[in-house]
Amino acid sequence: MKGLIVERAGPLALIQDGGRFGVRHLGVTQGGAADWVSLGWANWLLGNAPQAPGVEITVGGLTLYAEASTTLALTGADLGATLDNEPLAPGSCFTIAAGQRLAFESPRTGLRAYLAFPGGLDAAPVLGSVASTVRESLGGLDGQGRVLTEGDCLTWAGGTSGGERTLPSGAGTLPGDGERMTLALVGGAQIADFSGASVFEAFNTPWQVDQRADRMGVRLSGPELRYLGEGMVSEGIPLGAVQVPADGQPIVLLNDRQTIGGYPRLGALTPLACARLAQCQPGTEVWLTPVSAGQARDAHLRQLAGWG
Amino acid sequence: MNDPSIETVGMDSLIVRLFDSIDEENMPWMLAADQALRAAFGEALIDLVPSYTTLLVHYDIECLDLQAARARVSDALKGLTPATSGEGQRHVIPVWYDVSVGPELERIAERLGVSPEEVSARHCARDYSVFALGFAPGYAFMGRLDDELATPRLKTPRQKVAAGSVAIAERQTAVYPTLSPGGWNIVGRTPVALFGRDREGYSLFRPGDKVRFEAISREAFIEQGGDPTPLAERGDTPTEAQT
Repeated sequence: MKGLIVERAGPLALIQDGGRFGVRHLGVTQGGAADWVSLGWANWLLGNAPQAPGVEITVGGLTLYAEASTTLALTGADLGATLDNEPLAPGSCFTIAAGQRLAFESPRTGLRAYLAFPGGLDAAPVLGSVASTVRESLGGLDGQGRVLTEGDCLTWAGGTSGGERTLPSGAGTLPGDGERMTLALVGGAQIADFSGASVFEAFNTPWQVDQRADRMGVRLSGPELRYLGEGMVSEGIPLGAVQVPADGQPIVLLNDRQTIGGYPRLGALTPLACARLAQCQPGTEVWLTPVSAGQARDAHLRQLAGWG
Repeated sequence: MNDPSIETVGMDSLIVRLFDSIDEENMPWMLAADQALRAAFGEALIDLVPSYTTLLVHYDIECLDLQAARARVSDALKGLTPATSGEGQRHVIPVWYDVSVGPELERIAERLGVSPEEVSARHCARDYSVFALGFAPGYAFMGRLDDELATPRLKTPRQKVAAGSVAIAERQTAVYPTLSPGGWNIVGRTPVALFGRDREGYSLFRPGDKVRFEAISREAFIEQGGDPTPLAERGDTPTEAQT
């Protein structure tokens, strides 16, 4: 079947869906789109289910050559995308004709762009998901979790169509001009065992996104947080867990995190906040803001309802 | 078992804490809690991750709010009775103990003033309980090791540990299911596959299982499909000795 051919692979383009669930007790990580909100909107534009498989393009460097014409949707980061050298802004559907090239260069705003396909990208699920988890060799085009490489052919299910949908204002995960990047955190886990000053500083001091950031976790640098509790026995780690190693600099654990771990934690960023964090380039200033589990749930359900 | 505590750890996740420390005696309770929570949450359960002393419950917020989720946990744990012994599976894992595939075998032997064969004999001398799965698909944390065999982790983890590598760290033992980085002391290699997408249930080991290792010869190892390539020939960087 004809599709889109990968001509230039770039550093990290991965097939992702909503993630792999129900298997974490076997040591298998969750995976899935790091900015699941942007993947959801890309799918919504085409009339797909929010978690239908698409491509997560981190940083850029990817070129796709179309063997067949189709309609695609692009959301998330602005990676300097072009269609036959014509600039293509993220946030809409577009038509690619056979013989045209879709290229992604480097980040202007954000870090990860999402490309959705009519009816979702074709790939055989492994353990219930096509999410590519490179470290675990699961998912992706060949089931072995590998990144997209030159010569790969992307094909799609076809069929569904969102018609002429356009994104509502305020959709997406990138802050507007002059807006702070705030990350909602549901406090819990070992938060009571941090010094009072540390808990205050965690929510009242800006943090910088560190260079050490990937799909497993994002390190934040800022005030040194002091844990006063005792050594811990390893326990299960939810998405967004804010763990604090001995150096006092937190690491937010994302989709490809290990399933259990033994560092003390303040709680967990909400999934919506994780999607925002996944778009932050190193050096970005972020603020943690406490929310209750109920507030977080309300915001989450509103997001899902927007795709209903 | 303590009175279980139910702790919020995120928007859609609770930690159920049953114990304070690692102990084989915990396992029947942990297994019973696992089953009870799975039954209580049913379709509203997204993931359940048992570890040594806790269970992480990741529930579907489209079905339940926090209060409802906490209520399901407390109801499920009321009148909990420990699982009867023998519910976990028993496994015998053949291991080729040799310095070529288990570079720390010699170091541990020297420290104890015994032969490498004696080290392997001690490693094979008892049943281990599977406490938890994590780190990588199918990677099982097993214990507890004979006191004398307890060995600190390597100061610098290896970049590549071969699949099937049998390892020791502190009072725990484990087998690496796939080629991965790792800082545990490697003492041998098994030809048995621990994780596979085509395997029923994917992982050979589950929490609560009992595992006994059995020393086999190089010939038997190869006959059973083992790869005898020495660990050092896999582009591994030598690690600093730590005793």
